[in-house]
Amino acid sequence: MSGASAVASGAVRASLRRQRVDVAGYVFSAVLLLSLLFSLALLTVLVADQLIRGLPVFAERGVNVLTSPLSSSPARAGVIQGLMGSALLALIVALTAFPIGILTAVYIEEYAPTTRLTRVIDVNIRNLAGVPSVVYGLLGLAVFVAVLSHVGSANGANVITGGLTLAVLILPLVIITSAEAIRAVPSAIREAGYGIGASRWQVVRKLVLPSATPGILTGTVLALSRALGETAPLILVGAVLGSFSQGRTIADLFTGPYSALPVIVYDWARKPQADFRALTSAAIIVLLVVTVIANGFAILLRSRYDRRW
Amino acid sequence: MTTMTPAVSRFQGSPRRRRNEALVKTVLLVASGVSVAISVGIVLSLIFEAASFIGSIQLPQLFAEGWFPRRGMFSLPTVIAGTLIITIVAMVVAAPVGLGSAIFLSEYASPRVRKVVKPVLEILAGIPSVVLGFFALTWISPHVVQALFSEAQAFSLLSAGIGVGVLTIPLVASISEDAMRAVPVALREASYGLGARRITTSLRVVVPAAISGIVAALILAISRAIGETMVVAVAAGASGGSLFTLDPVGPGQTLTGAMASLATGSDSVTGNSSAFLSLYFLGFLLFLMTLGLNVIGDIFVRRTRQRY
Repeated sequence: MSGASAVASGAVRASLRRQRVDVAGYVFSAVLLLSLLFSLALLTVLVADQLIRGLPVFAERGVNVLTSPLSSSPARAGVIQGLMGSALLALIVALTAFPIGILTAVYIEEYAPTTRLTRVIDVNIRNLAGVPSVVYGLLGLAVFVAVLSHVGSANGANVITGGLTLAVLILPLVIITSAEAIRAVPSAIREAGYGIGASRWQVVRKLVLPSATPGILTGTVLALSRALGETAPLILVGAVLGSFSQGRTIADLFTGPYSALPVIVYDWARKPQADFRALTSAAIIVLLVVTVIANGFAILLRSRYDRRW
Repeated sequence: MTTMTPAVSRFQGSPRRRRNEALVKTVLLVASGVSVAISVGIVLSLIFEAASFIGSIQLPQLFAEGWFPRRGMFSLPTVIAGTLIITIVAMVVAAPVGLGSAIFLSEYASPRVRKVVKPVLEILAGIPSVVLGFFALTWISPHVVQALFSEAQAFSLLSAGIGVGVLTIPLVASISEDAMRAVPVALREASYGLGARRITTSLRVVVPAAISGIVAALILAISRAIGETMVVAVAAGASGGSLFTLDPVGPGQTLTGAMASLATGSDSVTGNSSAFLSLYFLGFLLFLMTLGLNVIGDIFVRRTRQRY
C-alpha cells in the first residue's frame, strides 16, 4: 500500500463514519418539531384558558347553567335552549343528509357509468365541499326560509329551516366520505355476490354496505360534529341571538324561535360584561364536550373497525 | 352487459326483479340530483339577488369611504382590504407551521409518534370556529398582539387573522402530508444512496416532488381563510361598519364579517332594502373567489395523483 492511497482511504472511512456533527440537520428537525408542538401548545392553552374562566361558573351554579333558559342577566342565564336546539338540529341533519348522502355515494360508486353526467355530479360535489359555510346560510335564507315562511310563529326562522341548511352544508362531506368507504370494499366481495346470482341491489345492500358501514359511520359522525359547531349559516337563517321564551308544545319546538350552542357562544362573546365572558367560557366547555364526544366516537369507530383488505 | 343475446336474457331474472332494480336505480339517481339542485339553487339565488342589489344602488356607493350598509355606503375596497389582511396574516401563521408539521409527520416521525400526534391536528380541525374567535379576542389579542404592538386595540384584524391561521393549520398539514407521503420511497432511497442527509432529502427531493400538492394545500387554505366567518365576526370588531383601513392592529371589516353583522344584532336588517340585498352581493363575491381558488387547487391536487 502506498502512502497516498492510505491517506485517501482514511478520509473516505472518516466521512463514511460521519464524524462531523450535522448542525443544520439537528436545527432543522428541531424547527419541524417546534412547528408541530405549536399546534399542541395552542390547543392546550385554548382548553386551559376556557377551563380557568368557565369552571368557576360551574362551581358556583352547578348544573343550573345547563338547565336554565337564556336570560339577559348573566347570573341566571343558561344553555338549555341551546342544548335542545342543537339536539333537534342534529336530528334533522341526520334524518335528511345521511340517507341522501349515502344513497348518492352508492349511486356514484356502484351504479353510475362514467359518463358526462356523473363527472358533472362528481366535480360538483367536490366544489360544493369548498363553498364557505356562510354562503349556505344565504341559500337557506333564499330557499328554505322563503318557502317555510308561513309555517309557525317565527316567519320561517325555525329549527326545521336551520336543520335543512346545515344538512345541505354537510351533504358533500357525507357523500365524499361514504364514497371513499364504499370504494375501499374489494371487488372480490362484489364478484362473489354476482357469482351466486345476486342482483346489483342485493350485492349493494347485503355485501357492500355492511362492509363499508364502519367507514360510512365515521364519516357521517364527523360531518355531524361539524354541523354541531357551525354558527354562521344559523345566524343568517334566523337563529335567535338574545333571550326568547320557548313554547310548551312539540309543534312550538319545531316551528317557534330557536337557538343552538354555538349561536349562544357567539351571542355571549359579543357582550362586553365580564360576567358574560365567564359564562361564554362555560358555554364553550359544554360545546367542546359535545363535539369532542362526537369526534371521539368517530375516532373510536375508525380504530375499532379499521379493516385492511 | 347491455348486449342482448338469447343466452343472456335467461339469466336476467324475473320481471319483478328487473322492475325493482330499475326502481332502486331511479331512487339513487334522484338522490344524486339533490347535490346538483343545491348548486343550481346557490348560484341562482346569489345571482338574482346580487343583480337586484346592483340595480338598487348607484355605482359610486360601492366606493364610499367605508362599509356602512345602513347609511348606503357599500365600500368594496374596505371589505376586500380587510379580507386580504386577514388572509395574509392567516397564511403567515399557517403556511410555515402547517408545512413544518407535514414534513415532520411524513419524513421524521416514527409510525408510533405519528399515531399519537395526528389526532392533535384532527382535534384542532374539529374545534368550532366561534370558539377560536372567542380565543382570538380574549387570549391572542391581549397576550400576543397587544404584547407585541403597544398601539394595538382589543379588536384587531391581526388577532382575528392569527385565529383564522390557527384554524387552517390542520388543512395545510394534512393535504401537504398526503402529497409528501405519495412520493415513492425509491426517490428517497436514491437520495440516501448518493449520501444525502435527511434534511437534504426532505428539502431537495421530497418537497420538490410533492410541490403540486403543497401548492394545492396553500391555495385551499387561502380559500378557507377568505370564507372564514365567525373568527372575524367575534374578534375583528367593526360590527357596525368600518372606514377603509389598512391598519392590521386596529378593527376592520371583511366580506364575511360584513355578512355576519348584517344578519345580527343592532345592525340586522330585513326586507328588500339595499342593505339586505348587499348580503347576497357579498355572498356572490365570496362564492366566486372561493370557487375559483378551489378549482385551481383541485387541478394541483389531481396533478400529484397522476404523476405517481
